[in-house]
Amino acid sequence: MIGSTSEAPAGPRGVRPALRRRRLLLGFAIGVGGLALAVVLSLVLGSRIVSWTEVLGGVFSPDPDSFAQQAVATRVPRTVLALLVGAALGLGGAVMQGITRNPLADPGLLGVNAGASLAVVLGIAVLGIDATGEYVWFALVGAATAAVLVYTVGSIGRAGATPLKLAIAGAATSAALASLVSAVLLVRTDVFNMFRFWQVGGVGGADFAALTPVLPFLGAGAILALLSARGLDVLALGDDVARGLGGRVGPSRILAAAGAVLLTAGAVSVAGPIAFVGLVVPHAARAFTGPAHHWLLPYSAMLGALLLVAADVVGRVISRPSDIPVGIMTAVLGAPFFIWLIRRAKVREL
Amino acid sequence: MTALAAGRSARTRRRILVTAILAALVIALFLLTLVLGNRVYGLPEVLGVIAGQDVSGASFTVGRLRLPRAIIATLIGVALGLAGTLFQTMLRNPLASPDILGVGYGSSAAAIVAIGFFGAQGATVAVVAVVAGMAVALLLYALSWRQGVQGARLVLIGIAIGAVLVAVIQWVLTRIEVYKAAEALRWLSGSLGSALWGDVPPLAISLLVLVPAAAVLARRLGVLQLGDDTAAALGVRPHRTRLLLLVVAVGLVAVATAAAGPVAFVAFLSGPIAGRLLPGTALLLPAALVGAVLVLAADLVGGNLLFTTFPVGVVTGAVGAPYLLWLIARSNRTGGRL
Repeated sequence: MIGSTSEAPAGPRGVRPALRRRRLLLGFAIGVGGLALAVVLSLVLGSRIVSWTEVLGGVFSPDPDSFAQQAVATRVPRTVLALLVGAALGLGGAVMQGITRNPLADPGLLGVNAGASLAVVLGIAVLGIDATGEYVWFALVGAATAAVLVYTVGSIGRAGATPLKLAIAGAATSAALASLVSAVLLVRTDVFNMFRFWQVGGVGGADFAALTPVLPFLGAGAILALLSARGLDVLALGDDVARGLGGRVGPSRILAAAGAVLLTAGAVSVAGPIAFVGLVVPHAARAFTGPAHHWLLPYSAMLGALLLVAADVVGRVISRPSDIPVGIMTAVLGAPFFIWLIRRAKVREL
Repeated sequence: MTALAAGRSARTRRRILVTAILAALVIALFLLTLVLGNRVYGLPEVLGVIAGQDVSGASFTVGRLRLPRAIIATLIGVALGLAGTLFQTMLRNPLASPDILGVGYGSSAAAIVAIGFFGAQGATVAVVAVVAGMAVALLLYALSWRQGVQGARLVLIGIAIGAVLVAVIQWVLTRIEVYKAAEALRWLSGSLGSALWGDVPPLAISLLVLVPAAAVLARRLGVLQLGDDTAAALGVRPHRTRLLLLVVAVGLVAVATAAAGPVAFVAFLSGPIAGRLLPGTALLLPAALVGAVLVLAADLVGGNLLFTTFPVGVVTGAVGAPYLLWLIARSNRTGGRL
C-alpha cells in the first residue's frame, strides 16, 4: 500500500484539499437528499393514486386496512429492494471498472448476468429450487464462473484486457450462455414460466422474505469493495507501477473482485439481470469525484440507488396501470449513454 | 516462376476439390433430411417424390413437410454463411459477425412484438423482421459514424444496441400468455419446425437479389481490404461500398431470420471454417456452402438424434459457443487484432 503520508490526491486545478473535501461532502449530502425524495415518490406514486395519510398508514401501521394502505405497503419492500440493488450494482460496477481499468466494464456486458441466469435456470430445472434464498447461491456461482471466464479469455495476449477484447468476450459469452439457457427452457415450459419473470430484471414482486437471504451477500460485498478503495487507487497506476510502490497487485485485485462479484450476484439473484447501471453510474460519479476511489465508491453506491429507485418510479408512472420492469428502463436509459461514451473516446484507446 | 505457377494451380485444384466436396455434402444432407424422421422413407421413394410422382404416404410427409424444411434450411444456411463472411471480412475481425453485433436482434425484437402483441404470422412477420433489421443496421451505422466508421466502434455500439433489443424481447415475453411466450421462445431459438411451402418463395426471391449483389460487392471488398486510402485511389469509394455491403449483409440476415428465427452462430462459424479449409482465397462460395451444411446437419441432429427434438438454433448455439471462446482465446494469444 502507499505510505500513509500521502493525503487524498490533490484536487484538479489547485483546489485546496480541505475545500474540495467539504464540497464533496456537500455533494454527497445533496445526493442523499435526492435519494430520500426519490424514495418518497416511490412510496407515493404508482398504479393506484393514494393520499398522504394513506401513505403514512401503509408504511407505519402493522396491518394495513384499506386497499390504498395495502398498495402502499407493497411499495415498501419494492423501494427497499431498488435502493439496495441500485447501490450494489453502482458499487460493483465502479469496482469492476477499477480492477479491469476498463471504462466499459459492466456486469451485464461482461457476461456476469448471463452466467447467473444459466446457473439459476439449471437450479430451477435440475434441482427444483424455487425461492430467492436458493437462487442466490446459484447466481453467485454462475456469476463468479462467468466473470473469471470472461476476464481470462479477454486478457490472454500481450496487450492484456483491453476494453474491446473484454466487451467482445463478454458479448460472446452472453450469447453462448443464452443459447444454453434456451435449450433448457424449450424442454421445460414450467421452468420457462418461472424464469421469464426473473430474467427481465425487476423489483416489482419484491417482499422482505425474498430480500433477507441476500442481505449478507450484499453486506459482505460492500465491505470488501469499500475496503479495497486504496488498493484500486494503486492498481489504477498500472501493474508495474503498483508493484514498484509496494502494492500487492494480486491480492488486492482478488479481494476487490470478490466484492464486486458478491455485490452483483446478490443483486442479480434477487432482481434478475439489470444491465447498464454498473456501467453508467461510476462514470457519472467520476464526473463529481475524480478518480480517487474512496470518494468514487460511496458516490457510485448513492447514485446507483438513486438511478434505480428513480427508474422504477418512472417505469411505474409512464405505463400506468401496469409497470415497465426496471431492467428495461435501465437498458433504455443506459444504452444511449454507453454509445455516447464510445463515440467520445478515441478508437485507439478502446 | 514455375514454382509460383505450380503453387497457384495446386491452390486452384484444392479450391475446386473442397468446393465440390462441400456441395456434395450439402446434397447428401439435403437428401438425408428427406429420408429421416418419425417414419423413414427409402431413397427411391424420396427421389420419386422429388420427381413429381405420387407415392402413397411419402408424397405428403416428404413432399409437403420435409422438402420445404430442407429447402429453407439450405437457403438460410447460404444466407447466413454469406452474411457472416461479409461482416467478418469487411470489419476484418472474425468476431464481428451479425450474431455478436446487435443486427439480428432488430429482426427478432420486431418479429416477437408482431407475434406476441399483434398475432402476426407468416409473411407479415417476415416483412416486419426485414424492415426492422434494416432500420437497426442503419441506426448502428449512423451512430458509429464519426469521420468514417471504425470497426471497433461499430462492434461496441452494436453490442449496446443488442442489449437494449434483448431487454425489449424479454419484456415482451413477460407480457404475453405462457403458451404464446413458449411459441415465441421457440421462434427465438431459430426453428425449422413450422417450415411450409409458403415460406419458400419470399426467401428464394430475396436471395435471388441479394446473393448476386453480394458476389458483385465482394470484388470491391477485396480492394477495401487494402485500406481506405488505397481503395479510394483504385476507384472504390470506401464509405459507400461499406454501406452497400452492410445493407446486403443485413438483408441476408434479416430474410433468414424472418424465415426461421435467429439461428445462432451459423453466420459466425461459416467464414472461419471455410477459411480453415481454404486458406487465403475468396471465401464467399465455400462459406455459403459451409453455412448450408451447418444448418442442415444441426437440424438433422436436433430433429432426430437427441432424446427430444430441439430447434436447429439450439444445436448450432451449443456447437458454436465453445468454438467462439476458443477463437477469442487463440486470436488473443497469437496477437490477432481484436
